[in-house]
Amino acid sequence: MSIVIDETTRVLVQGFTGRIGSFHAEEMIEYGTNVVGGVTPGRGGTMHHDRPVFDTVKDAVRETGAEVSIVFVPPPFAADALMEAADAGLRSAVCITDGIPAQDMMTVKRYMRRYKVERRMQLIGPNCAGVISPGKALLGIMPGHIYMPGEVGIIGRSGTLGYEAASQLKTAGIGVSTSIGIGGDPINGSSFKDHLAAFEQDPETRVVVMIGEIGGPQEAEAAAFAKEHMYKPVVGYIAGLTAPKGRTMGHAGAIVSTVGESAAEKVEILKECGVSVVERPSEFAEVVGRVLNRAT
Amino acid sequence: MGREGPGPHGGGRGKAGGIRLCSSEQEVWSAADDLFGTRLVTDQTGERGRGVFRLYIEQTVDIAREIYVAFVLDRTTERIMLVASAAGGLEIEQIIEEDPDSLIRIVIEPAVGLQAFQAREVAFALGLDPATISEASNLLISSYRAFRELDATMVEINPLVVTGDGRMLALDAKMTFDDNALFKHQKVSELRDKSQEDPREMRANDRGLSYVGLDGDIGCIINGAGLAMATMDMIKHSGGEPANFLDIGGGASPERVAKAFNLVRSDESVRAILVNIFAGINRCDWVAEGVVKAMHELDIQVPVIVRLSGTNVEEGRRILAESDVTLITADTLAEAAEKAVAAVNKENAA
Repeated sequence: MSIVIDETTRVLVQGFTGRIGSFHAEEMIEYGTNVVGGVTPGRGGTMHHDRPVFDTVKDAVRETGAEVSIVFVPPPFAADALMEAADAGLRSAVCITDGIPAQDMMTVKRYMRRYKVERRMQLIGPNCAGVISPGKALLGIMPGHIYMPGEVGIIGRSGTLGYEAASQLKTAGIGVSTSIGIGGDPINGSSFKDHLAAFEQDPETRVVVMIGEIGGPQEAEAAAFAKEHMYKPVVGYIAGLTAPKGRTMGHAGAIVSTVGESAAEKVEILKECGVSVVERPSEFAEVVGRVLNRAT
Repeated sequence: MGREGPGPHGGGRGKAGGIRLCSSEQEVWSAADDLFGTRLVTDQTGERGRGVFRLYIEQTVDIAREIYVAFVLDRTTERIMLVASAAGGLEIEQIIEEDPDSLIRIVIEPAVGLQAFQAREVAFALGLDPATISEASNLLISSYRAFRELDATMVEINPLVVTGDGRMLALDAKMTFDDNALFKHQKVSELRDKSQEDPREMRANDRGLSYVGLDGDIGCIINGAGLAMATMDMIKHSGGEPANFLDIGGGASPERVAKAFNLVRSDESVRAILVNIFAGINRCDWVAEGVVKAMHELDIQVPVIVRLSGTNVEEGRRILAESDVTLITADTLAEAAEKAVAAVNKENAA
């Protein structure tokens, strides 16, 4: 098992025929992902990458049985695409798009509450690298070759820092069950906590690495969850030790605006909750390796 | 007669001497002479402060009470939150520290917006006179509308005053806007005042790079915000100080690498440049070519440390090794930071 996707999951690409969507759809297909089609309004009935294109997500779900989607729709139209995905009954949607207005995301999250929890879509992102279950399927934009299949779950905000961690693990011979990017925006879909809960239930995952950063309450909330509800060990890193208060560090959400949002404060909270903290970003493999040995 | 405040962006203006009370026209002119062209340094502007090129002149009023009111995007509830305090005139940080119990917080339901009853609840909780409740409630509802319709991320009215004759008046206000939503709001974009921005950050911004200037001496060129912050942390752990945050984007094309070199070297305090690129969808060999090209075209006088990883890393390292430019290369994040710190120490000793 793995979480979110495996090699059998039927995947839809929203923004399929656009330059970016088209490029990454090809990479995903090459990796072995079961891409069953795509959506581009107005292009329904045509074929792209040997797969059918649909006008609406509902059409695509009806014809292909798609379960999850990946969204490459440009920022002004992305919120609409996400609500369309939620309404079509998809289980999960990964939103890669960077630059969606925060209040649009507020609307999306409010809209999704109209569905009962049992059929509410899980939204991952936006502004994230997506999901990969190494050796099985890629629902994202990460370079597949830096991940080795294994027993470590990764949840992170940043794309390239997640790659750095995964490649340190691979060099040390440590593999990954699933890696998930939750994105760097202030209002996002699923949180660290949501995925910790899923990894706790996943028999293939033994340790979870949480790669956080300055800004927002989600790392602290996840650490409290790990303390209360998890048997599996959690390893954590918080980026942004040198970030000045009140400045946005690249990610729209990476800004210290209130108490408890700085890297030093978050590290303290993680430690208090029993999370094994990676103090230096060069030591992911060392700490994870130590925790894995202890867990056997 | 008049109360004069300067136009620089950033809070803490009053405390920094940016607000003058004048009782005649002549005093207004001389206060203006004093203030124009100076730099105002407040808690929120950073050490360099911001230039004073505009003044806001308003009538002095007989102030009976000062109130703090703000609308913020609350990340915990993922809603807009109305925050108010009877301790107006203080900065929000001070209120949280000195008088946290005075804070009133109301979460607004996005589907229906701020309701009149909620605005009244706030007004009554602030202890306002019953005669001013409806004026206060209208003011709050209008501010909420401005927040929503202009895609703000914060609207702060501080102080909101009650005058001696019972009127409500916003004496000072600050709004921040969502950069991601500016495409919807041409009029807001037009308000941008470049004189209030750090010139380097502005140049970076105009070139699609994300840059934040800091006080250290190791210039950083990195792809991805998280990796950029982590690399800066690594520099700090190795005993150095980063001169900047710079995210050239996940793609990191050779052109962007060249632009980044130009930007980073324009900071005179930079004594070494650390390039850390993790190639995902792009390739290390392209990035390496970009680095070599930039080194050829720009006359870089400080040591440059390059660490590449990811797709086609061997090819990228080979290109760097075989090139005729002087570079310090590193294989890991730790090694890159250590070499950068060592290079700066050597420069400083020389």
